[in-house]
Amino acid sequence: MAYTIEQVQHLVDGALDWETVHRMLSEPKDAERFAIYRQILQDRMLWDDPILLPVGPQLYIVVNKDNNWVVKCECGHEFCDYRENWKLDALVFVRDTKGSLSELYPVLMAPDPAWQVIREYYCPKCGTQHEVENPTAWYPVIHDWEPDIEAFYREWLEMPIPQRAPA
Amino acid sequence: MAVISRSHKKEVAGITWHHQSLARHRSELVERTAETGYYNGLTKLWLKEAEPIVFERLFSKLRSGVVDARETSKKIAASPIVEQEGELCFTLYNAAGDCVVTSTGIIIHVGTMGAAIKYMIANGWEQNPGIEDGDLFCNNDCSIGNVHPCDVSTIVPIFHAGVLVGWAGGVTHVIDTGAISPGSMATGQTQRFGDGYQVTCRKVGANDELFRDWLHESQRSVRTPRYWILDERTRVAGCHKIRAMVLDAIEEEGLEAWEQFSYEVVEDGRRGLKKRLRSLCVPGKTRQVAFVDVPYDHPDVSVVQPYAKINTIMHAPSTIEIKPDASWTLDFEGSSRWGWHSFNCHQVSFTSGIWVALTQTLIPTERINDGAYYGTHFRLPKGTWMNPDDRRTAHAYSWHFLVSGWSPLWRGLSRSYFARGYLEEVNAGNANTSNWLQGGGINQDGQIHSVNSFECAADGCGASAVRDGVNHGAAIWNPEGDMGDMEIWELAEPLLYLGRNIKVDSGGGGKYRGGAGFESLRMVWRAKDWTMYFMGNGYITSDCGLMGGYPSAAGYRFEAHKTGLMEAIANGRPLPLGPDFDPDNPEYEKALADGAIVKRDQQCVTTEKVFEEGDLYLNYMRGGPGFGDPLDRQPTLVEDDVNNFRVSPKYAEQVYGVVMSQEGDGSWHVDGGEATAERRAQIKQERIARAVPTRTWMERERERILGKSASFQVKQMFASSFGLSPKFLEEFKTFWGLPDDWELTEEELHRELGVPVFGATADTREDLSTLPDVHVVTFVEE
Repeated sequence: MAYTIEQVQHLVDGALDWETVHRMLSEPKDAERFAIYRQILQDRMLWDDPILLPVGPQLYIVVNKDNNWVVKCECGHEFCDYRENWKLDALVFVRDTKGSLSELYPVLMAPDPAWQVIREYYCPKCGTQHEVENPTAWYPVIHDWEPDIEAFYREWLEMPIPQRAPA
Repeated sequence: MAVISRSHKKEVAGITWHHQSLARHRSELVERTAETGYYNGLTKLWLKEAEPIVFERLFSKLRSGVVDARETSKKIAASPIVEQEGELCFTLYNAAGDCVVTSTGIIIHVGTMGAAIKYMIANGWEQNPGIEDGDLFCNNDCSIGNVHPCDVSTIVPIFHAGVLVGWAGGVTHVIDTGAISPGSMATGQTQRFGDGYQVTCRKVGANDELFRDWLHESQRSVRTPRYWILDERTRVAGCHKIRAMVLDAIEEEGLEAWEQFSYEVVEDGRRGLKKRLRSLCVPGKTRQVAFVDVPYDHPDVSVVQPYAKINTIMHAPSTIEIKPDASWTLDFEGSSRWGWHSFNCHQVSFTSGIWVALTQTLIPTERINDGAYYGTHFRLPKGTWMNPDDRRTAHAYSWHFLVSGWSPLWRGLSRSYFARGYLEEVNAGNANTSNWLQGGGINQDGQIHSVNSFECAADGCGASAVRDGVNHGAAIWNPEGDMGDMEIWELAEPLLYLGRNIKVDSGGGGKYRGGAGFESLRMVWRAKDWTMYFMGNGYITSDCGLMGGYPSAAGYRFEAHKTGLMEAIANGRPLPLGPDFDPDNPEYEKALADGAIVKRDQQCVTTEKVFEEGDLYLNYMRGGPGFGDPLDRQPTLVEDDVNNFRVSPKYAEQVYGVVMSQEGDGSWHVDGGEATAERRAQIKQERIARAVPTRTWMERERERILGKSASFQVKQMFASSFGLSPKFLEEFKTFWGLPDDWELTEEELHRELGVPVFGATADTREDLSTLPDVHVVTFVEE
């Protein structure tokens, strides 16, 4: 069943009543959700680049002023082309000492840096922590997601594909 | 009504439909599936479309029947693992061994029991020992699909008028299988031969009666024969209940309808998965990874084989590819090699268990069957820990790896859910479902006994994108899991509770916090000749957070000996009670006698240690990972966490950046206004100041790689993955810009460090398929 704009707004804000959340979990998905959700997010942005896909609570794939599809922070910072790994254009802080790890957990409950480190990826402009990894030393930066936006819009949503500059 | 197309070649006295042999029946089904892309060639669901009421009536009857079989059997079981935790499952299969419907519970066994049936079919059980009406088969062999030896299954063929029309299967998690150590998931063995009593699809009964030689042999092969026998009766009763239900359904709806239904429902399940992928996800690729520590180079891990005394790390990278046609591939290329420990698993337990997780998110319907398996392309490279190429591997605690191998898939799918606005489905991950308190000896009733406390069926759950993870709620492998009643555990184990509390700081930080785990402080009471050990993650936190959330906390152990507590009780002195609130500044020790021996460290895999009257054991169940930047968490939620002992004041300030003060009554007030906002803005500036551009950091890390500077366990993990996957090696070298001739092999580690690397090369491994007259069944692309 479809949900109202207000209900989806509350969902986005983490303020939707549990009974409705439970119904959302239990029942077949409402196909209209994406359009409502995207519009809610779009209306909240201080910029007007059309959102193609939300990537995180404050991270989006958008169509920028040059009609390129890019990864963009809510603060306005543009990372890179959406096919690239935005983390490579972020700031990283690596917790690979007992001291830095114990800022997050009691010493006995923190990973041992000889086994594992924690990497925090921040927006260079606003300092938002967009992603955290917990790999071993040496581990390549993980390219989390490569969405097939064209197939999603054209074949699954049956919506027109937003404009895009030629590659 | 049209029926399934089938070969009209004449068969010699086969036992299944139209006198086909089981082997031909299955091979033709597999061929039709491969040729058409539809299960058994069913391009059209004739019964469902022509007789939808009959189809649904059959489904409802059978599904409710298998659930009823489970619930009834659960109530008559003796083992608290079955009765309290629900560690059992019943499944109905078609004649070809594919799941038609399954009960609730540990539904990983949809695949494992199906694999046993397929093994019997592929290896000529029809001819020898024969498959007849009234037969009972038992299987718990890990080399043909079972998860670990303690998951014992009973399989009953279902005949109608002399024709095999299906199979009923039931599985229970038994408390002991006679492994090298007491408890169902032992750690001391490094090979199959110490993993416990294993039975390979053995005919253990006929005419609905168990053979006497089986009863005598099996009882004396385990430490807890009464639980073993009662669990077996539980399974037999459930299977017979299902058999009666199927025969009843055939009586009501007709044999032809059952035949058609039993295949169509699988194809219906396959189509259902595709629909769900299309309605919930976004096409594309996600990548994720998991790690688990195997800290065997430690004095408290006693193993007989010296080559097993090394530290290693399990590596499970995964790629989910959802294609525009809503088909999908789950690819585990790059995973590390199997090892000399009991954490390996068979390909079927790995793939089948994935459905346990996905029934909680992608396919949360009662229509779970083998259709989902046929709708998924799995790649599990041969030789990895999830698809070993050596017949010696031990599997008793395969969950140590399995849970962490699966959990990132849910995280990967969550990226799609988040993008589409289905925020309610997002899950940052799952707890490492531990600790497992295990051991045995002579219990409080003077009997030989084993224990495996299943309290970790209630760990902290991962946060979603709209709410915190459920605190001490469930385990990924049993969504209906429960921590069990303390009173029942005290009856089952000679261990008194001195505390059972929320584990503070165990959930990962985030805008939405990972669910908190919990901890139980147990004191040995009236046990004799008693040993226990720990089993869980310690040096590694095994699941990551999502979209800025932190991983849950890692594990640690606390055990105390020569405590003086029996004297303290007699003299009315204070006892260590309640939570281990700050493990870095412990309180328990203050109530222990001088000279008490205490172990507090992150060595969370140990082997048997002697525990005497009054000794202590802390059973710490892990928390779940968090979602979103912790600085976005509502201050009121942080305040609630601190005042309810889910987060300590220190980490509320450090992780969540709140400004807080303590009230006169001891409660905490968190500022929800300017002070916290200013502190958070300051922390964001501190982040920018302390971080470096990722590419700058990569240059430094590259130098470390060129210098091969890392701990042994990190290097061993990469070397074993490189050895199995040239693709992973190439991707690694490309990412870091390494020279063409750069390499890292296990042989090099042996040569330069003198560390044994048994099994590292192909000429030191031997697959099950090399045994004479053994036909292994392969379920994945290898």
